[in-house]
Amino acid sequence: MKYIKKVLGEDLRQYTMVVALAALIIIFNIASGGKMVTSSNFQNLISGNAYVLVLALGMLMVIVIGQIDLSVGSVAGFASMVMAITARQFNLPWYVAILIALVIGMIAGAWQGFFLSRLGIPGFITTLGGMMIFRGGVIWISNSISVPVPSELKWFGAGYLPEWGPAFTGMNNSTLLLGIIAIAVYVIAQIRKYTHSGDITGKKEAFWPFAVRIGIVAVVIGYATWLFGSGRPGTSFPIPGLILVILIILYYLITERTPFGRHVYAVGGNKSAAELSGVSVKRTYFLTMLNMSVLAAVAGILFVGRSTAAGPADGTSWEMDAIASVFIGGAAVSGGVGTVIATMVGGLVMAVLNNGLMLMGVGADKTQVIKGFVLLAAVAFDVYNKKNRR
Amino acid sequence: MSEGYILQMKNITKTFPGVKALSDVTLEVAEASIHAICGENGAGKSTLMKVLSGVYPYGSYDGEIFFQGKKMIFKNIKDSERAGIVIIHQELTMIPELSVTENIFMGNEIVEKGLINWGEERKRTRELLEKVGLHINPNTIIKNLGVGQQQLVEIAKALSKNVKVLILDEPTSSLNESDSENLLHLMLGLKKQGITCIMISHKLNEIAAVSDYVTVIRDGQTVDGYAVEAGRVDENKIIKAMVGREIGNRYPEHTPKIGEVILEVSGWTVEDAKVPGKMLCKDSAFYVRAGEIVGFAGLMGAGRTELMRSLFGKNMGIFKGGKMKIGGREVRINSVQEAIKNKIAYVPEDRKGLGLNLLDTIRKTIVSANLDKIKTKGLLDFDKERAASEKYKDFMRIKCRDVGVGVNTLSGGNQQKVVLSKWMFTEPDILILDEPTRGIDVGAKYEIYKLIHELADKGKAIILVSSELPELLGMADRIYTIFEGKITGEIAAKEANQEMLMKKMTITA
Repeated sequence: MKYIKKVLGEDLRQYTMVVALAALIIIFNIASGGKMVTSSNFQNLISGNAYVLVLALGMLMVIVIGQIDLSVGSVAGFASMVMAITARQFNLPWYVAILIALVIGMIAGAWQGFFLSRLGIPGFITTLGGMMIFRGGVIWISNSISVPVPSELKWFGAGYLPEWGPAFTGMNNSTLLLGIIAIAVYVIAQIRKYTHSGDITGKKEAFWPFAVRIGIVAVVIGYATWLFGSGRPGTSFPIPGLILVILIILYYLITERTPFGRHVYAVGGNKSAAELSGVSVKRTYFLTMLNMSVLAAVAGILFVGRSTAAGPADGTSWEMDAIASVFIGGAAVSGGVGTVIATMVGGLVMAVLNNGLMLMGVGADKTQVIKGFVLLAAVAFDVYNKKNRR
Repeated sequence: MSEGYILQMKNITKTFPGVKALSDVTLEVAEASIHAICGENGAGKSTLMKVLSGVYPYGSYDGEIFFQGKKMIFKNIKDSERAGIVIIHQELTMIPELSVTENIFMGNEIVEKGLINWGEERKRTRELLEKVGLHINPNTIIKNLGVGQQQLVEIAKALSKNVKVLILDEPTSSLNESDSENLLHLMLGLKKQGITCIMISHKLNEIAAVSDYVTVIRDGQTVDGYAVEAGRVDENKIIKAMVGREIGNRYPEHTPKIGEVILEVSGWTVEDAKVPGKMLCKDSAFYVRAGEIVGFAGLMGAGRTELMRSLFGKNMGIFKGGKMKIGGREVRINSVQEAIKNKIAYVPEDRKGLGLNLLDTIRKTIVSANLDKIKTKGLLDFDKERAASEKYKDFMRIKCRDVGVGVNTLSGGNQQKVVLSKWMFTEPDILILDEPTRGIDVGAKYEIYKLIHELADKGKAIILVSSELPELLGMADRIYTIFEGKITGEIAAKEANQEMLMKKMTITA
């Protein structure tokens, strides 16, 4: 136990969800007769769920400031529908279409941020209104009919990295390169951490925990690389997955390494204390809501790219999946607590559940029931743990 | 069982993982007496009371509790209340949106045929309020009452439960002088009716005034007990027992090095945002020099905090007029951000509610008011953060295992040092300290005082707002008195005494 703590850090509970995720994957793989851990299924899992995880990134920050956003599904549907209709009407190129969707997201976010930050109307109500307004808007402007989107968008929703270079690697070389970069970045970061470990306290830490960490991460990333890269020719780590990874890194940096990120946690932890420390609570509220709706637009783009058309029901109840991901990831309803990485693990738990139950032939009805129980169990476990710590 | 004791707690030992909070504590309380318990913060007073009231159930501690000669097994608060032991916490626990009646009978409703008998509840409430000397309508909503009145309602609630032993945790810490006096008087009245009171308090003068016996707890052990005779206790003896060392002087020696005027305020007027026409500050004018500690004395509600928060970026009330000069230059400050940029820092009186994010770690808290200072290439630099927090941990003598631990794990004194560190990290020239030693034990207070002196010696202009006149007299170089939003006097601390200040704090003219 002592050695495990050396490697993973003092707080082992943060890994319970990671362990649960791994256990789920293994159980489903056995139960489905090996259909879970295959290249094509993992590729599907990622490109089919990237949009939920993108929403969860924004939802995390909304929940950390102590608010909730119920409108994300409607905003995603509305932004992608406006994009589809204008692009078709004026025959716009794909990049203009994307820009339109993002601007719509921004306007929707500014609208809701205004009500929350300037008028002080709680996010629950502001976005409940937004949920109805934008859902109604989607159905209205589309006349309840699906509208195709520019074909280039398919790349964003379901595309794969290009294949190039020598064939002897036995897998997609772009994926291989990504995997190598990821491992290299991790190794460099760990070595830097090791060399700087004694700078302040004067006590250099032992090297072996770093080596073990590097080993574990290298094996995991290496295996994932092989899994994603060795599918049928033409497939690789999916583009939506790549977009997701970039966003995860970006939001990890925002939440952990920028003053704005600190302000988000400060406002969620104690609004009055934050205000008296020079944090503009209004600005933090506004930007967080704005950001959420922009990410909703991104999620909408990824989704319609995959389904090649914007539908009037797109985005229905996405907010619930996003919120569930954040809470399974250990965020607190009262705000101030939650991390990007844990939220992503929470989102993956939901995704693996969906996927695994589908592989086993469980219907959507029962899947829903099971997901509900898992959400309750995860949060109950978390609460129980926190109580016992005192 | 020995006679005369209503309550005996014998050899109580309570351990938390890694800490022995109480070790072998024995407390014996005589019937119909007022028994004071004092000790530093973290000494174990609250833990002892939680054991007594069943918050920590029987079995989670070692030792025995005898109440009226019988051994007690309390599994929860309900059990202890049924026996007649009621605790009134430092933070009041009433529901602000409900009426006095509803609060008094909360969880104890008088029910007939499944419905609440409001008439009976109101009648009983009126009787209970009479007993505590509160002449208000039982339908009054709690939030419309002052803190002092709310406390009396809490006591009325306890009386409704046929209380035999009433525990009051720092009952006067949030009350003003007259409310405090009223409460202490009430305690004496309850004693006459045969109700025993246990009072946890830091205030030795109050202990002397009402209690019959004092038990001192230190580091989870009973250190000593003293009978109080004729309203007199040996304060120095108790303080010595509390801190385990003799404090020759409660305020450190200090020779001020006073320089130029740094802050100058004139005509500062602020209106209450909730009550139109009511002025929180009226035409206030004062100045503070470098290296000087300027005290602000005023009773609760006099407008001290309001004035300070208004100066700190118009953070409270509606600004109506006034000028502020910093270093001779007129400045207009309209937000906390601008105040910080103009080198003003404000340490609020409500440490947990306004000073800290209790979810944060020490290191994140210390840098939180000046994040730009730890940035490298646009991103927060954790090495700089760690270095900064270690520096203040040493300078402020913050006692903690590691700067990575949560501020909620610290004692009040150490939390206050973290808040001070956070503001020192903004490198202020003007430091406003609003009740910096509230709820902090004697030993830690002394440390905070020394730090304040060190900061003054660095040339900071320091404003010290305090309800405790001895603290102002011991610490400040010059004192302003405030009454009803007006600055009513300015006295050099050397020439001042408590009576003088109190007079200027209460004149109605």
